[in-house]
Amino acid sequence: MAKIIIPTPLRKFTNNQKDVQVKGQTVIEAINDLINEYPEIGNNILNDDGSIRNFVRVFIGDEDIQALKNEDTAIREDAVISIIPAIAGGIS
Amino acid sequence: MAEVTFSKAELERYSRHLIIPEFNIEGQRKLKEAKVLVVGTGGLGAPLIQYLSAAGVGTIGIVDFDVVDDSNLQRQVLFTSADVGRPKVEVAKERIEAQNPFIQIITYNTQLTSENALEIIRDYDVVADGTDNFPTRYLVNDACVLSDKVNVYASIFRFDGQVSVFNHLHEDGTRGPNYRDLFPSPPPPGLVPSCAEGGVLGVLPGIIGSLQANEVIKVITGIGEPLSGRMFIFDALSFETRTLNLRKDEKNPLNGKNPTQTELIDYEMFCGIGQENGQTANVKEITVKELESWQAEKKDFQLIDVREGYEYDIANLGGELIPLAKVEKAVNKIASDKEVVIHCRSGKRSADAIQLLEQKYGFKNLYNLKGGILAYADEIDQSLAKY
Repeated sequence: MAKIIIPTPLRKFTNNQKDVQVKGQTVIEAINDLINEYPEIGNNILNDDGSIRNFVRVFIGDEDIQALKNEDTAIREDAVISIIPAIAGGIS
Repeated sequence: MAEVTFSKAELERYSRHLIIPEFNIEGQRKLKEAKVLVVGTGGLGAPLIQYLSAAGVGTIGIVDFDVVDDSNLQRQVLFTSADVGRPKVEVAKERIEAQNPFIQIITYNTQLTSENALEIIRDYDVVADGTDNFPTRYLVNDACVLSDKVNVYASIFRFDGQVSVFNHLHEDGTRGPNYRDLFPSPPPPGLVPSCAEGGVLGVLPGIIGSLQANEVIKVITGIGEPLSGRMFIFDALSFETRTLNLRKDEKNPLNGKNPTQTELIDYEMFCGIGQENGQTANVKEITVKELESWQAEKKDFQLIDVREGYEYDIANLGGELIPLAKVEKAVNKIASDKEVVIHCRSGKRSADAIQLLEQKYGFKNLYNLKGGILAYADEIDQSLAKY
């Protein structure tokens, strides 16, 4: 199973787990598996049409999925997926 | 330009730089010649300004409109208790001049805005963004891209830190990615409710601001590999660090394939700020003075506090604690046969709660406490801690 690393601002939606094991052949399948388990995180990652929101970036290892095949990028069993949110400071 | 020289006192002061072979007096000269603008004199600004000053950056500009507040002292180590109430840039200038009398400090006791940003930034070589909100982040980024300046970026939130060097000039004349390549637009206000979800571990800006200072010095002196096209991520809780590769976005409105933006815009509007006020304006309100008189005359009403438990522990008005996220589950605890006053910290979350309860459950007896517990602490009970 692939692993999604959850950034601290979104951990309240995953029972404070810093990473979650997910199933899926592609990035979007993995993210949807995460949302399936923790529905409240969905709005923070995906738009209504299923695309990734403008204020979040998704990486496989060190690479931005936009440099690969975006949401349809195939992932390996041991893939580490990072969700990186825009953060602005302590009061935002 | 006249050759930069150093006095004996300066040579002795900077000697630990001068004896590093890769740095030497050439690096020190570049620092002395450099002009760096630090935007924000807060948690990131404190280590940033102090290390840039100590290192011998010749001219440091600092922009901040704020005054020192008690709640700053947990992380903004440039300031002391005696500075509370004084303009941050004034205090910073005093400290830096005492730390290094050989450099020049220029202060701007003002908010960086679309009107003044290009004018202020023009005189500097490098900008270091240590601000704390999305509109200013985009403003600093856009102003740097439009003025061809490097933007050394750092940002923190709770336990997470990010560092990158944006718009870096490569040897072939092209520029590295900038903030808009990474995040084309900010999260809408309200997705992360502001006062409920804020906070930052005090030492985190010390760590991240020091890394930011290091990148500024590398950019100026040209040593090492600046963090351009990459972003460093630090999770203070797990002590995991990652360095991710960034890419340029063809759709970047500033310098993508078809640029559409050639000047600064209204960043509050871009970030959706101000629009949420319209949503909250149509709930019934009472003032803290009215609430006090209801309490004094022992009127029969229900007081509900929709903040989180950890906020309640800082200060409370004795209301029934039902955090916003749990309001729907606790709907049967909310009276419908008498007036109900709902409050939070400043009035936003309580207005959201009232809208939800009115629209979904048909309540008609709910009143939002205008200004929340902060207004109560200001106007009625000064013994309450503000946060």
